[in-house]
Amino acid sequence: MAGAGPSGKSGKDAAWAPLALPLMLPTWAVIGFFLLLPVLLMVVYSFLTKEFRGGVIWEFSLAAYDQFFISRGLFGDEPASIEWTYIGIFWRSLWQAAVATGLCLLIGFPTAWFIATRPPASRSIWLFLVTIPYWVNLLIRTVSLKFLIRDNGPLNEFLMGIGLTSGPLPLVNTNLAVQLGLFYSYLPFMVLPIYAAVERYNFALSEAAADLYASRWRTLREITLPVVKPGIIAGCLLVFIPSLGAFLAPDLLGGAKTFMIGSLIDEQFKGSQGNWPFGAAISVILMSLVLLSLLFYARAQRSQK
Amino acid sequence: MKQLRALALLPLMASPALAEGELKLYHWFEYIPQELVDKFQSETGIAVTIDTFDSNEAMLASLKAGKIGQYDITVPGDYMVEIMAGEGLLDTFEPAELPNFGNIAPQWLDVPFDPGRKSSIPYQWGSTAFAVNRDVYQGDINSLTILFDPPEELKGKINMLDSQGEVLALASIYMGMPQCNTDRDQLKALMDMLLAAKPHWASFGSDTAKDVLVSGDAAAGMIYNGFSAKARAEGANVEYAYPKEGFVVWMDNAVLLRDAPNRENALKFLNFLLDPENAGTLTNYTAYTAGVTGVEPFLTEEIRNSPENNPPADAPNGSFVAVCDEATQKLYDAIWTNLKK
Repeated sequence: MAGAGPSGKSGKDAAWAPLALPLMLPTWAVIGFFLLLPVLLMVVYSFLTKEFRGGVIWEFSLAAYDQFFISRGLFGDEPASIEWTYIGIFWRSLWQAAVATGLCLLIGFPTAWFIATRPPASRSIWLFLVTIPYWVNLLIRTVSLKFLIRDNGPLNEFLMGIGLTSGPLPLVNTNLAVQLGLFYSYLPFMVLPIYAAVERYNFALSEAAADLYASRWRTLREITLPVVKPGIIAGCLLVFIPSLGAFLAPDLLGGAKTFMIGSLIDEQFKGSQGNWPFGAAISVILMSLVLLSLLFYARAQRSQK
Repeated sequence: MKQLRALALLPLMASPALAEGELKLYHWFEYIPQELVDKFQSETGIAVTIDTFDSNEAMLASLKAGKIGQYDITVPGDYMVEIMAGEGLLDTFEPAELPNFGNIAPQWLDVPFDPGRKSSIPYQWGSTAFAVNRDVYQGDINSLTILFDPPEELKGKINMLDSQGEVLALASIYMGMPQCNTDRDQLKALMDMLLAAKPHWASFGSDTAKDVLVSGDAAAGMIYNGFSAKARAEGANVEYAYPKEGFVVWMDNAVLLRDAPNRENALKFLNFLLDPENAGTLTNYTAYTAGVTGVEPFLTEEIRNSPENNPPADAPNGSFVAVCDEATQKLYDAIWTNLKK
């Protein structure tokens, strides 16, 4: 959501100034139609009354939010208390996304560092190699991963073949498999922004620090990391946010035994038992959480400066 | 289940309008063989136009959004017939209007979703129970305990369909309870039973129900009979069960739509579908089961003798997934969410 800065008032730009508004129109039209309108629609739907078997009735209702936060027991006649079901599902999704982001950072940072420190000519080849798996559709990559880690799949056959394990490691249908799937799906989103940041880093700064007797760890912590931090944060956001709403990996690799935010929303819109306002409300709550954390981050950045 | 319909790619043709008028069919994708459409056209001179949909809900939404009045016939699943009738989307006919009405198999005549068959005729039907890999488990599989209280060999190796309606219906059958139940103690017992069974299940998956049996990821799985037959054809040593407690059945039905532009032709087509030879051609194509008597001579050897399509003589009757009212449905929704939270 890059803000469209006000057009410059310097002499050279002045000639363009009268045209600024009409030239911006297409951009605003696209943002309005494809971003603001759908989000607005979702917010509106979350406050409507559910129509039985899908659809909405145009009457204001807080039922969707009530269902999310307030529990009245299975039969709806117990005293109201906090509904932990959906908070629990959110918590699990947050945790899965956090682990996947951590894994991506662990592998992505050294990878990006490695690429950025190659001679310029070979960097593009390394970047190209990183993107190759992503020419394949996400669904197919996820199914392939399942094939690799299943009980009688190549990984387990290999581990048993070399005698490292006596039986197959139970990987498929576990949380670990989900995290692995998310990690695998979104790794390049971590590598590319960090690469962009490290590439711009002036390595003379590290040398200067070393000349002043800073240890390598201290150089990394106090010189390098602050400079490449925006890249790391961008990478983390790009991995964390889509992981939060993912439902392909949880369904295929995790065995769909427990709802994640993505599959919970999906369930509200498909099938004959759908509950559109509730699905919209979950989406609004999820989006508010993401927005809040972004705002929090932006404020932290500003106060640091 | 839907994948079975993709047996062959056939162009959905719109032939030139013939003198006898036309018929507008709103149908599943790849769920009628072209030879059957051709046969109807050459027998009657009626030009058939087919538009397709890919789910009951999509079809309902599209008709409600204004397509009603443009089509003569569509093919909803059992529960959807009841919903469509409730929405006033169906026309009715008298048995006398269909000379072949008497060919409807007696057990499918008075169905709960259209008592007395006033708007619909059977198209194809199948069952939903479970299949077991016989290399892993050799014991008796005649009971739903295989899914809900499994033997040691199958624990942790079971795939369930990721479908609320069918799982909860089968669980109710296992517990000997009616569907759309409002008895508190019974519903609590149903939920407790499901929560106790869940640790024995490896995964939930509908589209993957066949694949996990073929690959060996699951040793037993809740599955549609047609899917189980496909798993067997792909080399899995699986046996499909018709459990003694009962099982779930589904049926797709051809229905006469309200405001059909070609009502007379639509009745001719419904009558055509009830002819045993035509029902046989259809069944050979879909690999499910016809709801018409006298089809056997027209079936291929493979379809006629398929163990998945032929319940043993002592098998109980199957039950359709019932359509509950809103308040009751809410209870089942809550049970399902509790099961998967």
